[in-house]
Amino acid sequence: MSTGRLLALIIAVATAAFIVMGTVWPAASAVALAGSGAGLLHPSSTAQAAVENLAHEIGQHAWDRAYSSLANKNEFSEDDFKRDLTGSYSSLRTYATLDNVELRPLHASADEEQIQLKLHWSTVVGTFVESRDLRVARAGDRWEVTWPLVKEPRVPPQVITVNYLRWDVVYRGPEDDWGAQDVEAPHVRIVDMHPVERSDGVVLLGELLNEDVVPAFVSVKATLLAKNGSAVASEDSFDKISHTLLPKQVTPFLISFRNVELSQVDSVKIEPSSSLIAASADPVIEIEDQKLNPSPGASLTGKLVNQSGQIVNVAHVLGTFYDNTGQLVWVSDQYVDRALLPGTPVSFAISIPPDIARKVSTERAVTTTYSSDRLQ
Amino acid sequence: MRLRFTLLFGGVALATMQMAVAQAGALRLPRTVEAGSAFSIQSTGSGKATLYIVGPGQVLRRDVQLGETISFAPGDLHNAGHYFAVLVGESSRDQSSTDQSSTDHGVFDVTAADKPAALSFLAKPSRLPVGLHGGISGVVYVFDTFQNLVLAPLPVSFQLSEVAGGGQRQTVTTRDGVAWIKMDSGPKEVAAQFVAQAGSVSAARVIQQVPGNPCSLRMNARRSGQRVMLETEPVRDCVGNAVPDGTIVTFTETSSAGQATVDVPIKRGIARTEMPAYNGARVSIATGVVMGNEISLGRE
Repeated sequence: MSTGRLLALIIAVATAAFIVMGTVWPAASAVALAGSGAGLLHPSSTAQAAVENLAHEIGQHAWDRAYSSLANKNEFSEDDFKRDLTGSYSSLRTYATLDNVELRPLHASADEEQIQLKLHWSTVVGTFVESRDLRVARAGDRWEVTWPLVKEPRVPPQVITVNYLRWDVVYRGPEDDWGAQDVEAPHVRIVDMHPVERSDGVVLLGELLNEDVVPAFVSVKATLLAKNGSAVASEDSFDKISHTLLPKQVTPFLISFRNVELSQVDSVKIEPSSSLIAASADPVIEIEDQKLNPSPGASLTGKLVNQSGQIVNVAHVLGTFYDNTGQLVWVSDQYVDRALLPGTPVSFAISIPPDIARKVSTERAVTTTYSSDRLQ
Repeated sequence: MRLRFTLLFGGVALATMQMAVAQAGALRLPRTVEAGSAFSIQSTGSGKATLYIVGPGQVLRRDVQLGETISFAPGDLHNAGHYFAVLVGESSRDQSSTDQSSTDHGVFDVTAADKPAALSFLAKPSRLPVGLHGGISGVVYVFDTFQNLVLAPLPVSFQLSEVAGGGQRQTVTTRDGVAWIKMDSGPKEVAAQFVAQAGSVSAARVIQQVPGNPCSLRMNARRSGQRVMLETEPVRDCVGNAVPDGTIVTFTETSSAGQATVDVPIKRGIARTEMPAYNGARVSIATGVVMGNEISLGRE
């Protein structure tokens, strides 16, 4: 038998062996991806297994099985349970997928245990973590989870008056004379810019002001230049910026240059760009109870309150952090996973790197909102 | 493509001309012709010949009887530029013949008409703050009926007028067909008409003069239970123009409970919002890089 045939035989046998092993002893992540996988669950003979099974069913969106396994299902309906996890209104949660789970026992007795369940959800704009403390109780030969339902508040039917303010743009047409001017792009200005060296590269922080009287769609591109004038790296702010700026509004921005050292950089070429867009001045979002929480787990926390009548499906909060001399030291952000209902506070928490947190003296937060009726 | 063909054709015509020696046929050409106008060329000699006129983007061919006046109708030559005229006699066009006679040539210019018929008016910017010195620029290119740039000096008047009747007016003479100017934006918020006029022809653009940064931003607070109602006074710039609706005003409340901020657009000249009322809280206000007053909330 030639060497090639022997190798082919070995590969075929190994492949068959791996298929059998994967089917008989599947990895948890593989089970999650396998579709139903109900037959692969462990029996709920322990508190931990009961929580694992529940998490698996949530990950599979098997709401009926998850709901029927709960100890306190007489307290709420299956729809309530589903809405608790996916949101009553379209939001990041609605389209999130369960990436992985963490279980941490908090307290245990013979017939009852408390387990903290951390659900790591994955979305198009990153991940978010949801933590629930579950009470798991023995019921005969199996364990059942008592689900701590968080009821999303409902807004009572009402009429909310809004003085609707909006800008629309008429651009130059193809039949216009070549001398006819087009509408002027909004005038924007960088009011602050500061490079910072981090362990994974250089970060460029700054603030951009729309000094015009019309709304602007803005972005910032930066190029790091070496001493000889050559470009070291070029990046843009991507989503670490509020792209829609109303008149006299200021947004922070953060541009990351990975694997670049500040010593390589001689100068920075920064190019803010702006274009006119049709925009609305609503909704207005109040950011209340903002607090800087020190290390460990340094963060900026607060609540978003939608002061308008329109439901906001996705809110993006950008935090700008300054030291005691007013120097910009960090920009961080968070997407809020629940929809913002009129007048209903929704919490947010923006984490701050521990080494930066020590320097932070003051902060400023801004929000950008997305509503499904405007996205369509 | 058309220009290349013209130049090629012109080259062939000139080569033909150089081979020939004028004997009987001759041309008497005008020095200049106004674009689009009627003109005539006097020929001398006898017999038949062909006249070629070659210029930028245009070639004319006429069979002529030597000794007669060759007339051209209005519009026959409409592109301004330098033209060649070549008269080729019958015998010189016959390649088999050795008789090279009846050929003449000459040059003349076609100039744009002095009367402007169209203006290309570039006005920048279309929007700027009030009271900006030299902030508005206007450039005018003057053309005749056939879109030839009128190179002769012409007075062009620029007028920046506001609705109330005020405005600025200046007259500039064109140089090589172009006139330009810089003007100041007025003190009032208005969509000003920027008009350039040369002769009876004019072109208008709209320059939107918008308010500058807010001046003396002030707010008032009124406590209502657990909330405080905050409202600005009418927000105006330093010359009294109302800052446009939609301009963002940021209210910031700092208290022992933390900080609260809200970005509020001005509506009907005023920005208003409500925030939690904490005893001893300080509320400040800003728009863009302009700070306003600060209010301390006392006990109710």
